[in-house]
Amino acid sequence: MTFARSLLASAAATALMAGAALADPAIIFDLGGKFDKSFNESAFNGATKWAEETGGSFAEIEMQSEAQREQALRRLAEDGANPIVMTGFAFATVLGEVAPDYADTKFVIIDGVVDAPNVRSVVFKEQEGSYLVGMLAGMASESGTVSFVGGMDIPLIHKFACGYAQGVKAANPDATIIQNMTGTTPAAWNDPVKGSELTKAQISQGSDVVYAAAGGTGVGVLQTAADEGIFSIGVDSNQNHLHPGSVLTSMLKRVDVAVYNAFTAGADGIEPGIVALGLAEGGVDYAVDDNNAELITEEMMTAVDAAKEKIIAGEIEVHNYETDSTCPAM
Amino acid sequence: MDFLTIIQVLDGTVRLAIPLLLACLAGLFSERAGIFDIGLEGKMLMAAFFSAAVAYTSGNAWVGLLAGIASSMVLSAVHGLASITFRGNQLISGVAINFLALGLTVLIAQDWFGQGGRTPSLSGAARFDSIDLPGAITRIRDMRDAGPLMQFYSELISGHSILVYLGFLTVPITWWVLFRTRFGLRLRAVGENPEAVDTAGVSVVGLRFAAVAICGLLCGIAGAYLSTAIQAGFTKGMTADRGYIALAALIFAKWRPWYALYACLLFGLFFAIDNRFQNITLLGFQLPVQFMQSLPYILTVVILAGFVGKAIPPRAGGEPYVKER
Repeated sequence: MTFARSLLASAAATALMAGAALADPAIIFDLGGKFDKSFNESAFNGATKWAEETGGSFAEIEMQSEAQREQALRRLAEDGANPIVMTGFAFATVLGEVAPDYADTKFVIIDGVVDAPNVRSVVFKEQEGSYLVGMLAGMASESGTVSFVGGMDIPLIHKFACGYAQGVKAANPDATIIQNMTGTTPAAWNDPVKGSELTKAQISQGSDVVYAAAGGTGVGVLQTAADEGIFSIGVDSNQNHLHPGSVLTSMLKRVDVAVYNAFTAGADGIEPGIVALGLAEGGVDYAVDDNNAELITEEMMTAVDAAKEKIIAGEIEVHNYETDSTCPAM
Repeated sequence: MDFLTIIQVLDGTVRLAIPLLLACLAGLFSERAGIFDIGLEGKMLMAAFFSAAVAYTSGNAWVGLLAGIASSMVLSAVHGLASITFRGNQLISGVAINFLALGLTVLIAQDWFGQGGRTPSLSGAARFDSIDLPGAITRIRDMRDAGPLMQFYSELISGHSILVYLGFLTVPITWWVLFRTRFGLRLRAVGENPEAVDTAGVSVVGLRFAAVAICGLLCGIAGAYLSTAIQAGFTKGMTADRGYIALAALIFAKWRPWYALYACLLFGLFFAIDNRFQNITLLGFQLPVQFMQSLPYILTVVILAGFVGKAIPPRAGGEPYVKER
């Protein structure tokens, strides 16, 4: 199966390479696919926005399997793409090995940290955005039980869950939070059937708001929430439009801004080092638009905006799961 | 653990077992006729895509189902052509079908809908909604206050899509066709001793093609169930290796319809348990989620090794029939 995938992807890559001029920027999308309506799609939107504004072009590769990571990176680097942006924590190890070989190429990794002189690492303070949507969940829940569906069982996803739990507890200290992970392999980003089943199991345990941080699996979670008439919370991209009236809000992670900024800065403008984007930097937020304006009351809005101010001012410290691998609110 | 929890786990079992069951019976027909088929996964995937795509375009889930079945049967015909007519290696042909489906679905979906290898979300008549039997409670949230009998009725008996009931009905039908009809007898004979069937003046090739076509039909329903009943749309690789699990269930069931039902329900139960109880605390020690998720596979190995005994495949399975040497 992997062979067919690689064959397909390399064919696609070859076709794309043909159009890539020297020093065009490039982007690599992680498993889950460019159109996951979530994380990767957000990155794609950022790249498209840059292309539309500048009239430039960029090369892109969609990962089809784990084994392609190094191959894709080297391929783009050797073809002269610069800078190369990649989405996903899973690139960290591979990039650590590849980056030193292409000292003149600038790399930008989103969601991962690589310490090299030509790598810029962009991480998000997901716990802060999740805290805000958690507060909304806590206030919107009638049963006092809310839930979380994660994709792959990794610290990054626990970071979402933990921020969410803290927000829920802040709004309703007695709330119960159910947490489920879809799987332990990258396939967990792409199993909507399992996402549905997990959501049904959570609803039967009393949950009436579910937050999905699970890439393509989240599509199944939101679908089931809409079918069963409970609220859901989307992630990364604004997913409010998927099921208007059922999607309470979305935790925005501005991957698009990160990609756009990297493309705009270009190879010469990218500073190596680690950048952490939180509420203060506009890197994360919660989404309100026409699709969910009716679901969020004045009161909820005031409370959440107040919390947002406090987080930015440093008065509320949202615990980061990645620092000590524990979550006080769970 | 209360009664409702048990009922809900069983309900999840049914939902998860149905695609396995349909694929397993599909494999059963094919393999009983002596054609090994590891392309179940690919056929399901192809059917899942075409049923979702056509259901979306036509706005009718039944039209989608037919399209799914048709696409799956086309792949069956390819498999038949390669392994029956041209006497190729059945395993290789099956693998090729899996590859083909994986790539083609995404390619066509991208060209058709431009959403990166997925179909738009289905709604209304484009989707098989769950059927609520008279008097059943429909909302999971209202279920808690109902009596045990009502919970059993509303949760487990009612509230499934029509394809679930159809799936269960397929088991007795399969049994009847295989063991009570002339066609079934010949089909089984062709998998055990094709020479004898040929000597009796019955076409081996014809029978095998019929078996492969039935296999395509059932895989088509399984695929349509995934994308238009429990999900509302196709996503890349959405069968998630269920075709291979169905093959394991088939061996487990020793190529018998009723045993296939039990085997698939057992697998469904394992998956449902893993979805419901991700972290179980046992005697003060927390079992990690990784353990719960590998439990179905561990139990499979244990059961296969310890309880099933020897599973003997149809004798002529995997061998192309050559009339004279």
